[in-house]
Amino acid sequence: MTATTSKAPVAASPPRLQALRRFAREFVSRRAAMVGLGILIALTILALAAPLFIHASDLDVVNAPGVPLSPPSARFPLGTDYAGRSIVPLLIWGTRPSLAIALIATALTMIVGTLIGLVAGHYGGSTARVLMAVTDWFIALPTLPLAIALAAVLGQGDTSITVAIAVTSWPGTARLIRAQTLAVEARPFIERAKALGARDSQLVVRHVLPNVAPFVLVSATLTVSGAIISEVTLAFLGLGNPTDVSWGAMINQAFFQGAVTRGAWWYILPPGIAIVIVALAFTMMGRAVENILNPRMARRP
Amino acid sequence: MSSSSAPLSPQSLSALEAPPSGGASGARDFAHYLATKVAAALVSFVALLVVGFIIFSLMPSNPVEALTRGRPTSAKQIAYLTKELGLNQPIWERFAHYVANTLQGHLGYSFQFDTPVSTLIAQRLWPTILLMGSATIVSVWLGMWLGVRSGWRPGSLLDRLSTGSAITLWSVPTFWLGIILLVLGSEGVGPIPPLFPAGGMSTAGTVGGFAPAHILDVARHLVLPCLTLVLVVFAQYQMVMRSSMIDEAGNPYLLTARAKGLRDAEVRQRHVVPNAMLPSVTLIFLQVGTMISGTITVETVYSWPGLGYLTYQALQIPDLQLLEGTFIVFSASVIVFNLLADLLYRALDPRVRRA
Repeated sequence: MTATTSKAPVAASPPRLQALRRFAREFVSRRAAMVGLGILIALTILALAAPLFIHASDLDVVNAPGVPLSPPSARFPLGTDYAGRSIVPLLIWGTRPSLAIALIATALTMIVGTLIGLVAGHYGGSTARVLMAVTDWFIALPTLPLAIALAAVLGQGDTSITVAIAVTSWPGTARLIRAQTLAVEARPFIERAKALGARDSQLVVRHVLPNVAPFVLVSATLTVSGAIISEVTLAFLGLGNPTDVSWGAMINQAFFQGAVTRGAWWYILPPGIAIVIVALAFTMMGRAVENILNPRMARRP
Repeated sequence: MSSSSAPLSPQSLSALEAPPSGGASGARDFAHYLATKVAAALVSFVALLVVGFIIFSLMPSNPVEALTRGRPTSAKQIAYLTKELGLNQPIWERFAHYVANTLQGHLGYSFQFDTPVSTLIAQRLWPTILLMGSATIVSVWLGMWLGVRSGWRPGSLLDRLSTGSAITLWSVPTFWLGIILLVLGSEGVGPIPPLFPAGGMSTAGTVGGFAPAHILDVARHLVLPCLTLVLVVFAQYQMVMRSSMIDEAGNPYLLTARAKGLRDAEVRQRHVVPNAMLPSVTLIFLQVGTMISGTITVETVYSWPGLGYLTYQALQIPDLQLLEGTFIVFSASVIVFNLLADLLYRALDPRVRRA
């Protein structure tokens, strides 16, 4: 223990670094994982760079350049929306709120879920019983009605959607992290640390957390795809920020502004396909990470 | 923690991993088990009331304003509402009042429809049950059929195709799938003529009741929303059935069955399927939560006059008392179905009883 603290972290923890290297090698060797990662990197760059080539006038409902709901043409590669705006910049811009809300909601989910899982797993006893009872209660409840209720009471907007997603998605993470905490704490090195006089906080932060961290990662990647679906669903139901350009809001507008009777496939298909691609990319990565960390499952094709 | 490679909702995962544990067999023991489970369900229900109260009564800074948002309201009406909602009373009294009202079925008043919430919910309950029930039957059948075959030959073409499409459908937002099917089915694409109505539950102007023509009309309206819900839900049955088939296939009794000279299909259908079916059967009850989430958006897309569409209509105002009513009904029904799943699991699996 003294050796680990006195040296630089990289040189001092070769086992952990090796594990990380092994993980990276395994990850790179999986095609699904790399495809997912590639899609996400490309989309993130696109989302970050969007303000460079999309101007406010492209997103403005007033003074839109085209005829409303006109099919794809040379000027508008994916046609126009209900207001006559070109679909392409809307679609690219829509990446931003959808990804941002999903990622922030996932971060919140991970913080709450990991904290509750660690506390329940480490302390045990009545604390754990109460925490797990609350967790199970949230797991049993249907998520969408609860999210709708929360978002409706908090009022339209990105913040309420984010909160609603986080409140409804933390229990799965809490359960997973509690189980992993129990598994880690059963190992002999924890007993050794205890015998050396480690305090609770030291045990959890220095020994348990680094060992459960990979599972937080698994949980996060799988939570993001669920969060994206939740985000677009709540936005479709009209709970999003009304002035935002997001994928869910686009489908909402397409549906309620006559794209169905007009047969405006160019308006309905692209945002949905974008959602599916992003959700799939996260799912593929999450499943790959899960398989690497839990080889028992990998045997099943 | 994760027991299968399939994407599963947390509900089904937790339920499949932790089968209820019972004591030795016997009627007294069953009574004990029943009492424990019912008590747990009651605690859940009380927790639901507390959460409902917090969300709808404590979180809005001014419930009267939230209720009357966007409508001209006189001072007299505001005073009446404040008194009606008990806003001038202490929180504990308000909570007691709220619990008493909810238990008696007084779920408040919808200003949007000018009708008590409980009346609205009673009207809209049956269309939802029809939609969810038919979707459950079809998706259980489809999911099990595919799950049995892909789990029996893991890695086969059917397995890879059906597992792949299950994972893809998992990433598709329900409402978007509904809109696509709506466009395809009710507007027609290219040479395909529009086959199904665009929404609602029956053609305007037809008489209700149980006349054959009306039943046929409702069935025609049911096809698209039911299909959407099936596509969203069947994958769960398929994945669970598949992984329990794989689990069962490793058992030694299969060797005996094969040694007797049974054909492959006989071994599968008569020996493996009955044993592997258990998790899927309880999953039916545990899927109610997923179904409810799906039904809200599917009913919205197809204007199907059920509780989900009612929730959407409540959201547009927002009509908070109506929203609260549907929230309580949805969540309470999930609690009831989880209880049924627990009881059914014990009834079906003798191992749980003797564990």
